[in-house]
Amino acid sequence: MSDNAVASASTSASEHDALAELTAPVPEVGDGGPEMVQLLTPEGQRVESTEYDHYVQDLTDDDLRGFYRDLVLIRRVDAEATALQRQGELGIWASLLGQEAAQVGSGRALRPQDYAFPTYREHGVAWCRGVNPLNLLGLFRGVNHGGWDPNEKNFHLYTIVIGAQTLHATGYAMGIQRDGDVGTGDKDRDAAVIAYFGDGASAQGDVNEAFVYAAVNNAPVVFFCQNNQWAISEPNERQTRIPLYQRARGFGFPGVRVDGNDVLAVYAVTQQALNAARSGNGPTFIEAYTYRMGAHTTSDDPTKYRVSAEVEVWKHRDPIERLKSYLVHQKKADQDFFDALDKEADELAATVREGCLSMPDPTGESMFDHVYVEPHPLVEQERREFVDYHAGFATEGEH
Amino acid sequence: MSTMTIAKGINNGLRVAMEKDSRVVLMGEDIGKLGGVFRVTDGLQKDFGEDRVIDTPLAEAGIVGTAIGMALRGYRPVVEIQFDGFIYPAFDHIVSQVAKMRARSLGKVKLPMVIRIPVGGGIGAVEHHSESNEAYFAHTAGLKVVCCSNAEDAYWMIQQAIETDDPVLFYEPKRRYWDKAEVDETAAPRELFKAQVCREGTDATLVAYGPMVKTCLQAAEAAAGEGKNLEVIDLRSLSPLDMDVIAASVEKTGRMVVVHEASTFLGLGAEVAAEVQQRCFYHLEAPVLRVGGYNLPYPPSKLEEEFLPDLDRVLDAVDRSLAY
Ligand SMILES: Cc1ncc(C[n+]2csc(CCOP(=O)(O)OP(=O)(O)O)c2C)c(N)n1
Ligand SMILES: [Mg+2]
Repeated sequence: MSDNAVASASTSASEHDALAELTAPVPEVGDGGPEMVQLLTPEGQRVESTEYDHYVQDLTDDDLRGFYRDLVLIRRVDAEATALQRQGELGIWASLLGQEAAQVGSGRALRPQDYAFPTYREHGVAWCRGVNPLNLLGLFRGVNHGGWDPNEKNFHLYTIVIGAQTLHATGYAMGIQRDGDVGTGDKDRDAAVIAYFGDGASAQGDVNEAFVYAAVNNAPVVFFCQNNQWAISEPNERQTRIPLYQRARGFGFPGVRVDGNDVLAVYAVTQQALNAARSGNGPTFIEAYTYRMGAHTTSDDPTKYRVSAEVEVWKHRDPIERLKSYLVHQKKADQDFFDALDKEADELAATVREGCLSMPDPTGESMFDHVYVEPHPLVEQERREFVDYHAGFATEGEH
Repeated sequence: MSTMTIAKGINNGLRVAMEKDSRVVLMGEDIGKLGGVFRVTDGLQKDFGEDRVIDTPLAEAGIVGTAIGMALRGYRPVVEIQFDGFIYPAFDHIVSQVAKMRARSLGKVKLPMVIRIPVGGGIGAVEHHSESNEAYFAHTAGLKVVCCSNAEDAYWMIQQAIETDDPVLFYEPKRRYWDKAEVDETAAPRELFKAQVCREGTDATLVAYGPMVKTCLQAAEAAAGEGKNLEVIDLRSLSPLDMDVIAASVEKTGRMVVVHEASTFLGLGAEVAAEVQQRCFYHLEAPVLRVGGYNLPYPPSKLEEEFLPDLDRVLDAVDRSLAY
């Protein structure tokens, strides 16, 4: 993750930046191009698609409101976490603001037996997998490295080392393949893996090796790249010369670009890819074209490297507003629904806040736990030394 | 004379090196417009251009691998690894290629490159952002490894590292980046690969480098209040190791405590201790003691204060040494 360790530029520097921004030409902001799969326009109009319509046609109004609820609740959790960081309760927070649809659309396409390998920003996917948001906060608060059991939710720990999890996902998928849990036609058995990563990560050797491994093994893995246009301060052009989804072809499997702010399109495209994987047709690369609306993390200062005009353009593509327009215009949700959801979001935020504030600090001795499966003499020796050393302070205090 | 932070010292040092030699090129993630996540390269792309301050793709093996090629072509690349924990994708290039190139080519090629790494903990970060991995590289023949502890050394050592014809890993104590000191840009710098006695004393020797130098100086100050007179040595160079300065000190004090953030097992302290017992056997009044991180994966940040050596743990070791 990371992290900008220093957010605040000096006054004169930020004044200078502000001036530079006024005179800078408004950058060209990509719209994903004609190849991008979209089922809902930014205004919330339903777009027909012969290829993808059938993945969403069975969705009930309840399902659609469920998607909306996910988007709203996870955005609320994210905002609360950002606030908690500002108040010193978290060391750092990596916001998913703007990427909710990419995460909820793909997360909701997963079946219980599928397995997800996240980066550090997949709070929306974690939500869909049933991971308690407080577990995510624990990592950013510094009480643990991720407090959930990956195998309980089929949601691996957050991976901060960029790209590494794509190889783990591929290997996991190779395991599924060897277990024979692919292509049986049993929809409760056939399984797939989804690997999340960013546009920046696409440059890592690990990610490209994962593509090779997945391809030659025909592994049941979906590579889900959230292209949020930025890798900290570096724009797409620093990582690639062609649209990312086009890379897949060179590795020998299909690539598709989807409007990452359109939860329906993401759901449809991910269903298709997961189905292919589960039925033995191998990997797919999905590029979810989206935008990081906030800073890279709470330690970052994006005014150093991008202009607000770009952010403004993306505001009009907001994933939540577009689904809301659709629900309202199609009379699939009424005001009572939205009001009740607002209330639910506030209550959830309050629970998250309370849970964060009352999260116990780990005891010092706990760092000696879980380093190995079997006992290790040096760890045990140092554990004793640690305990004795601190006991010494306690007795000193008694005198 | 000017007052500057360690970060600014390195920034100024890089600037001087780039002005002096047009073949000095900076490479790394987010080092251009952003000036690096710690702002160490702030303003350099603006002044030297995108050809000399390169925002690389997000791939550390790529950064070091291409820097090797640039160096083969006669450039002097200075690469930034964003955090200590992200050097590992480049480990293969550093250990198999950078370190061995001189010997493999029978002295026909050289790799005058610098790999800058913010190192260590104490900043409340999430995992992989607080590692002390210097021993891996100091263990590798063919690499030189240095670590600055103050602004003055930061300013000079980065320039000297760039001027060195061998590859240098340049460690920067990230939790001390904002510590300020006076820097005399006109004075003659100390030699790069030499240790420095930064406080003289007679009762015991504290040996440290990077972030722990300040901790040891504070410990020495506290000990002075109790009538204990500690000598503090800043190693500055981890490979080569300047054993003469250490041995001279131990011959005077008879006692030594080595302090580093890194885990003690097979760390720099182990090497220093082994050398000292060979060189100073008859001068030692007590076994050499080590204070370091525990031999564990770096813990979540709520526990880092208990994991890392601090003033109390240093003084505890000093007391044990003196009581021996
Ligand atoms: C191997 C490695 N190198 C560098 C970093 C520091 N870092 C953290 S996030 C990041 C940018 C990631 O960009 P992207 O893959 O686009 O994901 P995003 O943060 O935009 O979600 C960098 C360079 C890291 N975590 N791991
Ligand atoms: Mg990105």
